[in-house]
Amino acid sequence: MRSFDDKKPRGKSLLRFAAPQVFYPLAGTLAPWFAAAAALLALIGLYVGFFVAPTDAQQGEVYRVIFIHVPAAWMSMFIYLLMAFWSAVGLVMNTRLSFMMARALAPTGAMFCFVALWTGALWGKPTWGTYWVWDARLTSQLLLMFLYLGYMALTAAIEDGRRADRAGAIIALVGAVNVPIIYFSVMWWNTLHQGASVSLTQAPTMATTMLAGMLLMAVAAWAYTVAAAFWRVRSFILERERHTDWVGAELERQENR
Amino acid sequence: MEWGSWNAFWNMGGAAWFVWGSYGVTILCIVTELFLVFRRRNDTVRRLLKLRRAAPTRNSMFGVREENV
Repeated sequence: MRSFDDKKPRGKSLLRFAAPQVFYPLAGTLAPWFAAAAALLALIGLYVGFFVAPTDAQQGEVYRVIFIHVPAAWMSMFIYLLMAFWSAVGLVMNTRLSFMMARALAPTGAMFCFVALWTGALWGKPTWGTYWVWDARLTSQLLLMFLYLGYMALTAAIEDGRRADRAGAIIALVGAVNVPIIYFSVMWWNTLHQGASVSLTQAPTMATTMLAGMLLMAVAAWAYTVAAAFWRVRSFILERERHTDWVGAELERQENR
Repeated sequence: MEWGSWNAFWNMGGAAWFVWGSYGVTILCIVTELFLVFRRRNDTVRRLLKLRRAAPTRNSMFGVREENV
């Protein structure tokens, strides 16, 4: 691993990775591995999804949208909760890296949220006869999209980095209430959207190979998220720590590459 | 799953637009995101180098860590 000369925190605890200076090279080392894992898992998942999983008895072939729709929807909710978590940690512990992590996750979460809405619309048309319907699941997922966009717009608009962090943290924490609403909407309300096919308490109501393809794609989406967020957070770290000696050394190194 | 022919595969039982429209847009989103991530990285490095050259040792000589920037 690369090392930098100036005062590097040398604690043995895992908390040392909370130092941006320590996390920066670690993120740079790990991101390509997560990206490679994501690509490999997605290839296997797509193979299973298109060449192993059978045609659906009711829906025919169109159900194959599930292999991106469900993982994208899961990730869009999970990433928002992660943002809320890192925001809370940042507010309580006053750690800079936590806020940077929350901000680095937002665009990827927004991307998955959009993908979930888009693929849902394309799946809705042939199965429900409409691209869009204002039912509880779809509406709360659309609200999640606006929460992501609001978070990104707000943090980008405030120039003072620390104030932007805190303002964003409020949106992340308040908006997190929407995530369980999305998840349970299909139980609480009478929605056109179907209930969960996969849950922790019951056996999945789908063919094993379909489930396998979907889970592979979900793990791929997770690995992709880690890679994208790690790559993005490195830019944030350089930006925020730009007055430190170690960033100076890193910039020189990049220039001489 | 046996498709028989590539034509049958691309046709997706008549649901080609819905299936490939979903996958196509998803791939486009991912490629765009990665492009933006790496472009930001290059922009940041270039901009900070420029800033640094304009004021090379402004803070480092005092060991100041400006955290609220």
